[in-house]
Amino acid sequence: MNASQKKANSKTVRFLLLATVLMFGFGYSLVPLYDVFCEITGLNGKTGRIVSADVESKELYDDRLVEVEFVTSVSADLPWDFEPTVEKMLVRPGVETRADFIVKNNANYTLVGNAVPSVAPNAAAKFFNKTECFCFTKQSLEPDQTLTMPVLFVVDPDLPQEVKLLTLGYTFFESLDLASVD
Amino acid sequence: MSEVATHHHDDHHGAHPTGIMRWLTTTNHKDIGTLYLLFSLMMFFIGGTMAMIIRLELFQPGLQFVDPQFYNSMVTMHALIMIFGAVMPAWTGFANWMIPMMIGAPDMALPRLNNWSFWILPFAFTMLLSTLFMPGGAPAGGWTMYPPLVLQTGDAFPFLIFAVHFMGASSIAGAINVVATVFNMRAPGMTLMKLPLFVWTWIITGFLLIASIPVLAGAVTMLLTDKFFGTAFFSAAGGGDPVMFQHIFWFFGHPEVYILILPAFGIVSAIIPTFARKPLFGYSSMVYATGAIAFLSFIVWAHHMFTVGMPLAGELFFMYTTVLIAVPTGVKVFNWVATMWQSSMTFETPMLFALGFVILFTIGGFSGLMLGVTPVDFQYHDTYFVVAHFHYVLVTGAVFALMAGAYFWMPKWTGHMYDETLAKWHFWLSVISVNVLFFPQHFLGLAGMPRRIPDYAVQFADFNMVSSIGGLGYGISQILFVIIVVKCVRGGEKATDEVWEGAQGLEWTLSSPPPYHSFTEAPDPESITGGHR
Amino acid sequence: MNLLSKNIFISLILALVPAACFADWELNLPRGVTPFSQDIYDLHMYVLWIVCAIGVVVFGAMFYSIFVHRKSRGAKAANWHHSTKVEVLWTVIPFAILIAVAVPATKSLIMMEDVSNADMTIKVTGYQWKWHYDYIGEDVSFYSTIHKDSNMARQRGAELDPFDVDHYLRDVDNYLVVPTNKKIRFLTTAGDVIHAWWVPALGWKRDAIPGFINESWALIQEPGVYRGQCAELCGKDHGFMPIVVEAVPEADYLAWIAEKTEEKALVINDSKALDQTDSIALAEDTKIGSGE
Repeated sequence: MNASQKKANSKTVRFLLLATVLMFGFGYSLVPLYDVFCEITGLNGKTGRIVSADVESKELYDDRLVEVEFVTSVSADLPWDFEPTVEKMLVRPGVETRADFIVKNNANYTLVGNAVPSVAPNAAAKFFNKTECFCFTKQSLEPDQTLTMPVLFVVDPDLPQEVKLLTLGYTFFESLDLASVD
Repeated sequence: MSEVATHHHDDHHGAHPTGIMRWLTTTNHKDIGTLYLLFSLMMFFIGGTMAMIIRLELFQPGLQFVDPQFYNSMVTMHALIMIFGAVMPAWTGFANWMIPMMIGAPDMALPRLNNWSFWILPFAFTMLLSTLFMPGGAPAGGWTMYPPLVLQTGDAFPFLIFAVHFMGASSIAGAINVVATVFNMRAPGMTLMKLPLFVWTWIITGFLLIASIPVLAGAVTMLLTDKFFGTAFFSAAGGGDPVMFQHIFWFFGHPEVYILILPAFGIVSAIIPTFARKPLFGYSSMVYATGAIAFLSFIVWAHHMFTVGMPLAGELFFMYTTVLIAVPTGVKVFNWVATMWQSSMTFETPMLFALGFVILFTIGGFSGLMLGVTPVDFQYHDTYFVVAHFHYVLVTGAVFALMAGAYFWMPKWTGHMYDETLAKWHFWLSVISVNVLFFPQHFLGLAGMPRRIPDYAVQFADFNMVSSIGGLGYGISQILFVIIVVKCVRGGEKATDEVWEGAQGLEWTLSSPPPYHSFTEAPDPESITGGHR
Repeated sequence: MNLLSKNIFISLILALVPAACFADWELNLPRGVTPFSQDIYDLHMYVLWIVCAIGVVVFGAMFYSIFVHRKSRGAKAANWHHSTKVEVLWTVIPFAILIAVAVPATKSLIMMEDVSNADMTIKVTGYQWKWHYDYIGEDVSFYSTIHKDSNMARQRGAELDPFDVDHYLRDVDNYLVVPTNKKIRFLTTAGDVIHAWWVPALGWKRDAIPGFINESWALIQEPGVYRGQCAELCGKDHGFMPIVVEAVPEADYLAWIAEKTEEKALVINDSKALDQTDSIALAEDTKIGSGE
């Protein structure tokens, strides 16, 4: 190997190592990129935004009603009952609406859970805005305690006309992080 | 050139250490190539044993031999070992042996890195295999390691993650070495468009490795921190998304598929012209097609996960890009057939395996096209149809090309001709049994049998039995290969320098076996012909 | 050697014969019972015939070459290795074929993804290793697990032979009963790891992902019992969480729902566990949000 080849080699290696490190970083940058992408396209039906109720200023379609359906699940390791008080309601876009959910701890010890929301159709997720939600905080339940939890939400009037039914799903997971309970 | 390298202790002719120390400390590309190939062969049999356990359990309905958890471990470990332990190291082994000889270089660009990148592998796989004896068993969540299931892995979990890290580090080091070698070490006169196609496919593979393996490393690191350090990248409960892992994983995973198959295209493109005694048809379109496939491989990943529920636009995008891959792949197949047209063919074992590759890989490509059609994939996904598809492209594709390459260059490596009769037996037994093994799996998948299940409904019994018989046949046939290799290393008819009548390229100008240090003087630029042969 | 390889071949064939004696050899995708599944079947056959045709041309040329252009028959190798015209041609033709595939595929996909105007909704939740079904808007929900006979026969060293079990590994304790000719919307989710809900006769599978809900739909045209199983590796008993859908005429379905609702009410009345809030939830199935 002559000197010029050596030099060329170390240049190539530096370049390729840099590429390796950058691609490792790229793997991590996919995480925020994915979130932005989901936010724009509603890819995974994630909602999580708290909005102030300034949507009122938008033009309302008085005659339009959207059906909103609530479904609930509880993860396998959490012995809780979790139900909406009402399974379906008709909602006027642009108007703040309240829905209640009831959760009950069947275990004989205190458990902390947090609820994760998901909207179907996924593409409509960005038109479903929550102004207040129990899913933003962790919920701690004493043995046999029952709790009624409200969600306040506004369906954005910009929701595409062809969407007539929105499903809001909640899944309660056990929260292992006891320390951060308020 | 050799003067500069003499500070490497093993570069003194005849003075290098012998015995185990020779292999531990070697920086010679031929030694390291041999180590890679032997390691790969060993892993091929370990992974193959796991496949035998799988096919044994599936021989008839009901659970006869293993528990479901162990079955899942076998499925997971079989895939990890075959992909990262058998096929990828085998390609690196071929690259080590052949690329310096093909481009007229005295050795790889980074000999010490080369030693290091090989010797990581035994550690990585010892670590991975040791999980078989751990509480909770070996990883059983599938080689795709989807959370949250993979997070249920027992003590084996960190071992799995670090084994993947080590395998990845080894592959990246190998890739950097190949790319640096080809870019900087070519003999004068060896222009890029004169490179043999195996070298071309390997540079592109190298770039794919460098671009995709770090992404896998990132994904598994996220798994590790999710499990032990309280992050929530993939946990819905913590605001993450398990589907995001699948996106990141397959962003690595699809280029990985081409990492496994592109060098096979290169080998087949070397073998067919040799035994057809006719130049390769469309050399430059082969190079461009390889590049096109590599590019497309980065924008098709979500076709592995159509059923996760994507927006319509996403499903359409990934369907279109996926079926588009059929165009450059088709170009390659057509070019091979055109190379055979009006040629003068003989059918020694390397050619037989190469022809088997062209036909059976194309069948795998056909089922790949079918799988790419999104609405139909809603039926095919995660069934034995997929299992049949990827075994056609990986076993009768990648592994057949490996066999073809091994027979093609074995006389060059050892200086002896292999036993042609036994080798033909090896081919015919392999090609028949592999089809008995995998072809019925198409039917099983279409009829509704999901993959990764240890037991099945009785309507799938017949084809599973056929498949298992084929599997046993294929497994046993591979023992022949070991016998042939051992015989060939120990002796046999002396091979000429050219070995094959139609052989062209720098490696055939060397003696058989080549000197320990070849091309210490650059070859005559006049002797370098185009890469179309 | 020729004789020997022939012998091997014959014995291989013989080895396959006993297997062939057992009954049905299912070779192809089922047609299914929904408009979508029939579309998919047609699309599958269409693409299959296309690739078969390509295969005949490519392999035909290859085998012709192998038989005619061989050295042992005195073939002399030509030296050509390039033709732009031919290369352009075999880039353009496959491209055109792909467009011919993509067009009907796009149509089917658009139809599949249109879940609007469904008549009813069923929520499907995957757990390790059972399914939970919830009829939204009705007071009917239940778990569905593998039938006890299958479960017994699937154990290692079981006395019971799988061949003696009706619908081995494809039978459950509680069927998912649905009406025919109604557009049913399925919401899939999971409570632990990822599962996939798949009944081939409906024409699709959909992942059940913890924390997220996925939408799909089916309109079953023929009454019948349709079987499937989990299609995403979900741990030890992944192979043992079957799905059975029973499609019945609407009247029968309504009767079944009424019966199930009554059953559940009886159970609830018997137990003292019921608290007030639950009964409110039961009483008000639908109400119109006032929006004030």
